[in-house]
Amino acid sequence: MPGDIVMTGFMSGDLVRFLPEMILTAMGTLLMVLDPVIGKRRPAAFGHLTIAALAAGIAGAAAAYSHGGLAFGGMLRVDAFATFFRVLVMGVGILTALASYGFLKRQQAEAGEFHALLLFSIAGQSMMAAANDLIVIFIGLEISSISSYVLAGYLRDDKRSNEAALKYFLLGSFATAFFLYGVAVVYGTTGTINLTTVHALLAVGGSAQGTLLGVAAGLMFVGLGFKVSAAPFQLWAPDVYQGAPTPVSAFLSAGPKAAAFAVFLRIFMTAFAPLGRAWEPLVWLSALASMTIGNFAALRQTNLKRMLGYSSIAHAGYVMVALTARSDTGVAAAMFYLAAYAFMNIGAFAVVGHISGRGERRQSIDDLAGLGQTQPLTAAMLAIFLLSLIGVPLTGGFFGKFYIFRAALESQLVWLTVLGLLNTAVAAYYYLRLLVAMYFRDPADGAGEVEPLTPSFRLALILPAVGTLALGMFPSWVLDFASKSAALLK
Amino acid sequence: MSANLLPVLLLPLAGFLFALLLPRRAPELSRRFALAVSLVTFVVSLGLLARFDRTAPGEQFALDFSWIASPKIHFAISVNGVSLWLVLLSTLLTPICVLISWRSIRTRAKEFYAFLLLLEFGLIGVFLAQDLFLFYVFWEVSLVPMYFLIGIWGHERRIYAAVKFFIYTMAGSVLMLAAIVYLYNKAHTFSYAAILNQLSAGELRLDSQEQMLLFLGFFVAFAIKVPLFPLHTWLPDAHVEAPVAGSVMLASVMLKMGTYGILHYCLPLFPNAARQCSGWIATLAIVGIVYGALVAMVQPNMKKLVAYSSVSHLGFVVLGIFSFTQQGLDGAVYQMLNHGISTGALFVFVGLLYERRHSLEIADYGGVATAAPWLSTAFLVTALASIGLPTLNNFVGEFLVLQGAAIAHFTWAVWASTGVILSACYMLWLYQRVFYGVAGAEVKSRVFDLGPREWAAAIPLLVMMVWMGVYSQSFLPPVSKVTAQVLAQSEVNVPYRVGTRPRAEVARAR
Repeated sequence: MPGDIVMTGFMSGDLVRFLPEMILTAMGTLLMVLDPVIGKRRPAAFGHLTIAALAAGIAGAAAAYSHGGLAFGGMLRVDAFATFFRVLVMGVGILTALASYGFLKRQQAEAGEFHALLLFSIAGQSMMAAANDLIVIFIGLEISSISSYVLAGYLRDDKRSNEAALKYFLLGSFATAFFLYGVAVVYGTTGTINLTTVHALLAVGGSAQGTLLGVAAGLMFVGLGFKVSAAPFQLWAPDVYQGAPTPVSAFLSAGPKAAAFAVFLRIFMTAFAPLGRAWEPLVWLSALASMTIGNFAALRQTNLKRMLGYSSIAHAGYVMVALTARSDTGVAAAMFYLAAYAFMNIGAFAVVGHISGRGERRQSIDDLAGLGQTQPLTAAMLAIFLLSLIGVPLTGGFFGKFYIFRAALESQLVWLTVLGLLNTAVAAYYYLRLLVAMYFRDPADGAGEVEPLTPSFRLALILPAVGTLALGMFPSWVLDFASKSAALLK
Repeated sequence: MSANLLPVLLLPLAGFLFALLLPRRAPELSRRFALAVSLVTFVVSLGLLARFDRTAPGEQFALDFSWIASPKIHFAISVNGVSLWLVLLSTLLTPICVLISWRSIRTRAKEFYAFLLLLEFGLIGVFLAQDLFLFYVFWEVSLVPMYFLIGIWGHERRIYAAVKFFIYTMAGSVLMLAAIVYLYNKAHTFSYAAILNQLSAGELRLDSQEQMLLFLGFFVAFAIKVPLFPLHTWLPDAHVEAPVAGSVMLASVMLKMGTYGILHYCLPLFPNAARQCSGWIATLAIVGIVYGALVAMVQPNMKKLVAYSSVSHLGFVVLGIFSFTQQGLDGAVYQMLNHGISTGALFVFVGLLYERRHSLEIADYGGVATAAPWLSTAFLVTALASIGLPTLNNFVGEFLVLQGAAIAHFTWAVWASTGVILSACYMLWLYQRVFYGVAGAEVKSRVFDLGPREWAAAIPLLVMMVWMGVYSQSFLPPVSKVTAQVLAQSEVNVPYRVGTRPRAEVARAR
């Protein structure tokens, strides 16, 4: 945190620090109003407006950062860490919106509410990123989650989409309840919900309080573990990712997850940092279990979205490794990884959404057969995303893993590192299956069905690919900022 | 005198990027373009040879740019007397591979040549890198094009082979990555030279357990690539299924990544562990020599036969390295180059036979000598070189390795020399079955003699076999300079390397 933070009573300063959320909410509401007006005539306009709102939101986040500090009596804390995640989730939003143009048109489901929900969800995540208070975190979490539940069931005529939404909603509310229990215990014990105050209390150290707060930390771990789909709370992920509309799956695997990790880091690295020794084994186990379960389950999948769902569990496991390291390097590594993961995973999901066709019928690995010949550009971009997910050098995914395992080794987590790295070799197998299908097999019958690329979709592919490669060749840009914010987090 | 290494490294990369932009419908253009790029690269690399100072032992033509600020990663490259030859081997074989693929690669030619150039870039990078991180990057980058070369243009079981190749290598290299990162956390640098300096100054201390684990982390990755028995099972599959150019690059250059890695990283960085393990590693190498040769003998498939002979030949290289003698190390490096030339040539000729008769089964041939006398002669010279006939290249390398092994442990030399005998058995028997006898109708009509383009590919290899066999002085002196240095660096029982107090402290205590 910048040293010159002053608690100001000025409303204007507070409002600037809250600018991104305000922009997104205003635009979301506007889109709802505009829906009947421009809905049928120019459906693409919703996408344009969403992207414009998100770009404005990023500018707002930058403005907020230049006026960094506490807002609303310490409920928000706008620092480099918050800004990093704000920009990240809004970037995720832009990529999702780009990938949705063609998808929504294909499913004949273009409507303003999709984009409005997307904006609301991102507003919630952006709030989570900047929250410094357990209730604000909870509010952000609820805004983000409820919009996500609806988004998951957006294709309301599709049975799978309905199932996904219902599962996500039921299990998700359970998890949120756990989190709220944790908040209640914290408040009951300490009389405060402010993270900084909790940290100060714990640092002084009262044993009775410590035990109860440990219970609270456990409850919050359950709630957040669910949101990031870390084992043993990962069961919902494959079903939801498979059933939800593909751009929504892409969004869910990157945006809410990044925000939940932001909260995870913020709570566990600040408020509960003094209890670190107690929760480290918990996270250690969860990290290993997530990587192993995710990777081994993904080996057997034939449905692309389901496979990516399991793979996202494994990737959550890698980030948990960074968390287990309990160090600034670890936090920076986690941040970098989440950024890299957002690019590569949204890109991969975008391609799946593109080839799946109307009604999302074509989702199996076999449907990728011969894509290298029928659509070389799409195939090449997917190849880049897959190589990055495997962790081949010169891609963002590689540097992400490199930083994470470096942090783990620094904290003497040798076994976790070795097991994690072996896990990445296992993971290579199922990502390679996609490359095999695209390049080593000939197009199946009816492969001509894949739609030609539209300019917006081309952009939705090239942007994440450029991002993935840029993070792989010049990682310092992002990493320096992440390191700086990680160091300031305490 | 100095020269710039960047053109040699970057020309193939530029070629790769440009080749991607060429029109898909003009395969001829892609072929010519790849040939031009690879030839220019070769000529430029000859320029390196001309300016290389053969009397100096250390790294030359060093370049160092900062790449990533935190953690400090440098784009640091240079060559020494060993890596120079390996770079030249890569640049020599790439145009040859372009030539021999001219007719056999018909589908997606543009991508094929693009991947070939990317592969060359990765391989040269591995030999030049002087930053551990950069080395790892090139190590992995070279994996990707080879995966595609096998997977797209290979034979029936290509997918299985390509995936097996990728997973094997990946599993080994992630452990190496862990070791590299561990080393970085201790030394706070990825620079190879700086780590060596810290070791010799006693600033970096590794206790014996650490050293052993780090050694194994590196060694397993290299041993998979070599491949050392029993980690060799990916190799026959990859070789048999790969297209000819893939087999040639794999055998001639890619396997050398492993042996070069052992020589350049394992020995100087972890000398005690390397010495401690030398017994069982040499045993595995000898098992590989004998086992590879025996299995080669019973192969009905020509490519598989050559692949197992590679396992056997590479066993000699590993044995030479772990004999820890000057002769053994010299022989190992020389054998690396020899194997690159002669086994590369064997794969070229097997590929030419396949192109004519569309079969790799030995049983489908016979009487080729009457149908294609020049092809037969060229094959015979190569086979004899591979066996280790004096005046041809392999003799020199095998002799030196056996000499080194004999100095270390006489029994090692005895066992290893059976490999030489067995190699005569399987090679001559192969030659007899394929080239002699009565030509079948199919062979007579199909197997025609070498064309001009094929001569252009074969002549450089044949010339090198004779040159390296007759006058090893052209090649060995710079190698010996480096191996002597490696040997000195891997001296055992120096106090700082076993994790006790560094030399400076010891001196002070006195």
